[in-house]
Amino acid sequence: MCQVGEDYGDPVPEGPPPPRPGRELRCVKCKDGLPVVVIRAGDAFCRDCFRAFYVHKFRAVLGKNRLIFPGEKVLLAWSGGPSSSSMVWQVLEGLSRDSAKRLRFVPGVVYVDEGAACGQSWENRAKTLAEVKLILRSFGFPWHIVALEEVFTLPPSVLRCSAQEPVGTEGTYKVAVDSFLQQQHTVGSSPSPTQQEEQLSQPCTQDPQDPAGPPPAAHIEALSRLFDSVKTLTAKEELLQTLRGHLLLHVARTHGYSKVMTGDSCTRLAIKLMTSLALGRGAFLAWDTGFSDERHGDVVVVRPMREHTLKEVAFYNRLFAVPSIFTPAIDTKAPEKASIHRLMEGFLLRLQAQFPSTVSTVYRTSEKLVKAPRDGCAAGPRCLLCMCSLDVDTADSATAFGAQTQDFSQTQPPTPLAEAGAAPMPCCSAEVGRAQKCCQSTLLCRREDSQVIEQLCYGCRVNMKDVPSLDSLPPYILAEAQFRSQRYELAPMLGECRWVLLGVCMCRAGSQCVASPQALAGYPGVSG
Amino acid sequence: MPAPQCSSCHAARAALRRPRSGQALCGACFCTAFEAEVLHTVQAGRLLPPGAVVAVGASGGKDSTVLAHVLRELAPRLGVSLRLVAVDEGIGGYRDAALAAVRRQAALWDLPLTVVAYADLFGGWTMDAVARSTAGSGRSRACCTFCGVLRRRALEEGARLVGATHIVTGHNADDMAETVLMNFLRGDAGRLARGGGLGSRGEGGALPRCRPLQLASQKEVVLYAHFRRLDYFSEECVYAPEAFRGHARHLLKLLEAARPSAALDLVHSAERLALAPAARPPPPGACSRCGALASRALCQACALLDGLQRGRPRLAIGKGRDEEGPPPPPRDPRSAPGPAAAAAAAGECGAACEGRCAQASV
Repeated sequence: MCQVGEDYGDPVPEGPPPPRPGRELRCVKCKDGLPVVVIRAGDAFCRDCFRAFYVHKFRAVLGKNRLIFPGEKVLLAWSGGPSSSSMVWQVLEGLSRDSAKRLRFVPGVVYVDEGAACGQSWENRAKTLAEVKLILRSFGFPWHIVALEEVFTLPPSVLRCSAQEPVGTEGTYKVAVDSFLQQQHTVGSSPSPTQQEEQLSQPCTQDPQDPAGPPPAAHIEALSRLFDSVKTLTAKEELLQTLRGHLLLHVARTHGYSKVMTGDSCTRLAIKLMTSLALGRGAFLAWDTGFSDERHGDVVVVRPMREHTLKEVAFYNRLFAVPSIFTPAIDTKAPEKASIHRLMEGFLLRLQAQFPSTVSTVYRTSEKLVKAPRDGCAAGPRCLLCMCSLDVDTADSATAFGAQTQDFSQTQPPTPLAEAGAAPMPCCSAEVGRAQKCCQSTLLCRREDSQVIEQLCYGCRVNMKDVPSLDSLPPYILAEAQFRSQRYELAPMLGECRWVLLGVCMCRAGSQCVASPQALAGYPGVSG
Repeated sequence: MPAPQCSSCHAARAALRRPRSGQALCGACFCTAFEAEVLHTVQAGRLLPPGAVVAVGASGGKDSTVLAHVLRELAPRLGVSLRLVAVDEGIGGYRDAALAAVRRQAALWDLPLTVVAYADLFGGWTMDAVARSTAGSGRSRACCTFCGVLRRRALEEGARLVGATHIVTGHNADDMAETVLMNFLRGDAGRLARGGGLGSRGEGGALPRCRPLQLASQKEVVLYAHFRRLDYFSEECVYAPEAFRGHARHLLKLLEAARPSAALDLVHSAERLALAPAARPPPPGACSRCGALASRALCQACALLDGLQRGRPRLAIGKGRDEEGPPPPPRDPRSAPGPAAAAAAAGECGAACEGRCAQASV
């Protein structure tokens, strides 16, 4: 493939060279054992070397990033699928090692039951839940089962970003590790492992989060109604991911977990990157696919499986009998062209078969992304749903967003009134007028809908176009939207500038701006 | 059932529904809206100041034909004058037919036309000759790399010949969407960092370039050409099927079926990408031989031509393998010189690109 830096001198590799007859292949690492699996482009590993390689990658990713402090409570998001099962297994094994190399955090596991969104009946869901409970008990960590219907009882504070704790620097990490080790020493060498085991084993007997029965019928029905009303599978998948994310965040906050680990593998992240690109989330790729995602402030989402390809995960699970269960997802059995996610997955996997370096190339490119808005704007308001800084700028109309929100098919010849930057626009009416041009149809959308939509980033707006009635969204979203827009209305009276609230750094009101100088001080290019 | 009324003039029957908004419009109103949008893009983005002499890269294909036509309509309002510049790469059976179309257009619109040929500019190396030379090395894809780089130089030369101050090319939203997909699949962080805007300002003496049609989808360009009855050449380059862009193009078609706004969503993503400073291309200097913009001692065009002359066409393609010129000037060790420099200067072909490469780089 025309890859950057590709050496055109060598012929196209035909695939791993076939083993020469009459001579057995040996493991490329220890040169001794019989290989059982071929990884990457032709490296054959024996069982033990493969295990060592796999485990080492997991530990290296955690160790390199130094984000998880000793003694920290970490929530493992387990979906039952192979990658997350493998991750939980690695944590399990990592905790049971001898003290020098033992993982030092305190894990818990959560399982989200999404059956209602996938259209499953309660009987099927109950059966799956019984199997899930068996496996969760066998892990030995405190576990939680939450049904997706609980989004209808979430508080609006889920959508608010808590004050950010300072990210641990090199110095603080070392200090924390040293003090933890010292603590263990003073308590005594042997009691601490058993202490930790006691801590872990206690909640299991109590079954802390065992839901007594099905969630309230009203909630099940509301959830089914919401997902049935969404027109496209793409929007359904995005909505499901958003709601799941909020639910996990809530569980983590309620039980005091400061980190959430998800089992996204390298292949899945490459697909996710390309999908996010196609959905208009180019500004947030670093958060969506990076190792750590700190957009919520107090709870950080971490992806320790990001260097393992799906092939490695599958082989590891098979060779070492990692328990996992299969639950149908929202796109199971959907045809390939049904959603952008399926299309990207099919495309990347096919391309990977033809050019074996595709996934790793995309992954490497994702490592070069940074978590900053492109033009260095200070942090503005956040998207209501995905909680990333808004990436739409209603003032700049020579962009893809501007092109979609303008309507030039008037009978009179177009007047050049939209020359951006020519004359300062008044703060109030032009902005509200523009904000209400949120949907492409010429029908005026309802005020409540436009209230929600104008607080969304570009990607979330495009998704919400496929949701015909925003009233069916869970109440916490609508409540937060109303709260934020009321604050927007009151802004001038509170001495805040609306432009600042909407994330537009260049306040065009000039000397008429009502904002206090302190509020504006952080924004570049502001006058008055 | 009969077609609805045009929602703009309410007089004629609607002839189409706009892909972007689903609005039903008649042909005339659609064309007016299209032209208004291009005007707005140019004005809002401040692409062509009044008094500019604009060289339009004309290949005879649909995009450059529509671009030339629209700019000709808008030229009085913008206060710019136009020149057509066509590039003859010397691809037999393809380029000669396209050039005939350009000549007809120039005559019809009464615009001055200049044709620059590879054979004249680059010492007799036509694309057919390059293809023969690279075919021997086993990879016919490589000839697309040459075409992209050399065409850029040729367009720049042609623009200077006619005394232009700006260069415009007819890239549409679909081209930009394919470009960003392709750059991710190839891992070209340098291009990703540079792309996304409406054009380049022109550093180090290169003429500023822009793409007024960047926010118009390909369907609308074709519809415009249809309603205005424009005469253009619509065949694919003979070397196109090998190019990698074909994969991205196929993917974009699939994405558009799942979500009609996919092309503009990708353009929005490209506008907002944030890449690490180390991944960005190093600031360019000047080529030691011809003085054009270059990231290394020799600009890519000179390096490629060097390789061709010496019978080693693969020279300078790939990880900075030019053994010829002086060592590159010392730069920040964090920026990887190999891939970034090669990416900064290497051209990349587009399939069915109708003669112009959709990479708006240097």
